[in-house]
Amino acid sequence: MGLELDFSVVLDRWQSLLDGAALTLELAFIAVICGALIGALGAIGRRGGNVLIARLCGAYVEGIRNTPLLVQIFLVYFGLSSLGLKFSAFTVAAVALTINVGAYTTEIMRAGFDSIHKGQIEAAEGLGLSKAQVYWHVVLWPAIERVYPALTSQFVLLMLASSVTSQISAEELTAVANYIQSETYRSFETYIVVALIYVVLSFIMRLGFWLLGLALFPRRRRLGTPL
Amino acid sequence: MGGTLNLNHLLFLGHGALWTIGLSVIALIGGGAAGFLIALCRVSPSRLLRILAATYVQLIQGTPLLVIMFLSFFGLAAIGLNISPLLAAGASMTIFVAAYLGEIWRGCIEAVPKPQWEAAEGLALSRSQRMVKVILPQAIRIATPPTVGFMVQIIKNTSLASVVGFVELTRSGQIINNSLFEPFLIYSIIALVYFSLCYPLSRLSRRLERTALQKKPALA
Repeated sequence: MGLELDFSVVLDRWQSLLDGAALTLELAFIAVICGALIGALGAIGRRGGNVLIARLCGAYVEGIRNTPLLVQIFLVYFGLSSLGLKFSAFTVAAVALTINVGAYTTEIMRAGFDSIHKGQIEAAEGLGLSKAQVYWHVVLWPAIERVYPALTSQFVLLMLASSVTSQISAEELTAVANYIQSETYRSFETYIVVALIYVVLSFIMRLGFWLLGLALFPRRRRLGTPL
Repeated sequence: MGGTLNLNHLLFLGHGALWTIGLSVIALIGGGAAGFLIALCRVSPSRLLRILAATYVQLIQGTPLLVIMFLSFFGLAAIGLNISPLLAAGASMTIFVAAYLGEIWRGCIEAVPKPQWEAAEGLALSRSQRMVKVILPQAIRIATPPTVGFMVQIIKNTSLASVVGFVELTRSGQIINNSLFEPFLIYSIIALVYFSLCYPLSRLSRRLERTALQKKPALA
């Protein structure tokens, strides 16, 4: 039952841990940017007049939300290679994570769009705003502001879920951990350190999103009230 | 490399699917029990309990399940316990589910309208009577749709138990793939099985949510 913890061999490799953490953030960053775009488009498509596009967007959301990320990653990984396309593990990981977070973002954004009151749109039209102006100022931004908390926690979850891409040997934090523990035989210590790094990363992300929220939504900054 | 997909492979996948369901049930029961305690601690009058529970939730929600899996698998082995994949997977899922369900249920307890708390206090019910007889019955009604929705997350997340060698659906797919090498076909089948497990639950959760919304005026 003797348990001796020795963190020094793990902490000696802080350089590769730092590289892994940077790659994790990079993966999350790419997936969040692309996923947010897909999400906005998907939500517009799902609510739009075209039945076929709405159905397709709905099928995409349900398909992704009801299957595990691990299986999605394998499908993208082997799917691309069976098409004869050869990509790095990092690219495959970024693509799979983007597809995944895109579906969740679509659903969240749709809820945001649904929450915009019809009277608001009619009032904007009554004020003579063009269709594009109405969409941009009255529908899109207030919708994003309203679902911003849900969006950001989904993005933090995505950063944590990016650990799964270690299974196709993308060199992010968890993969670095697997490598370190196989070299040092200090698995328990390695994973404790890595778990703490993830906690710090999610804290950093939440802080970043909070600051971004302040910058993006001046109304909330001035009035301090939720929309 | 050998042969094509046959009935035996499908039976093996079915066996894996049963273990996916089994592990999900273990996670729901274990994580549900622990999560209930967490939720109670989060709304407890004791400051210490509130802080402890909040710290637990923050730590677990800031750590990927995959890392929790590795921690319990290698960690318990490092203490000298010879740990089976089932135990490691069940323990990690319980730890993980407890944090999320605890937080969901805390929200549901707090969503019970304030006058209900005050009325119960006005009727001179003790704190535990207030909880058991007034708050929890109403909180359970609020909690049902999000809990069913979270069961989808539980089922999907059991796929990560494959990394500690627990032979559930994903792992059995990997094993078959090692002999057939038809990854795209096999993972498509697996995705379909997960979908048919999760989609009915998603639908049910949404339906419950809608009916709860229609009944809402009666609550307030």
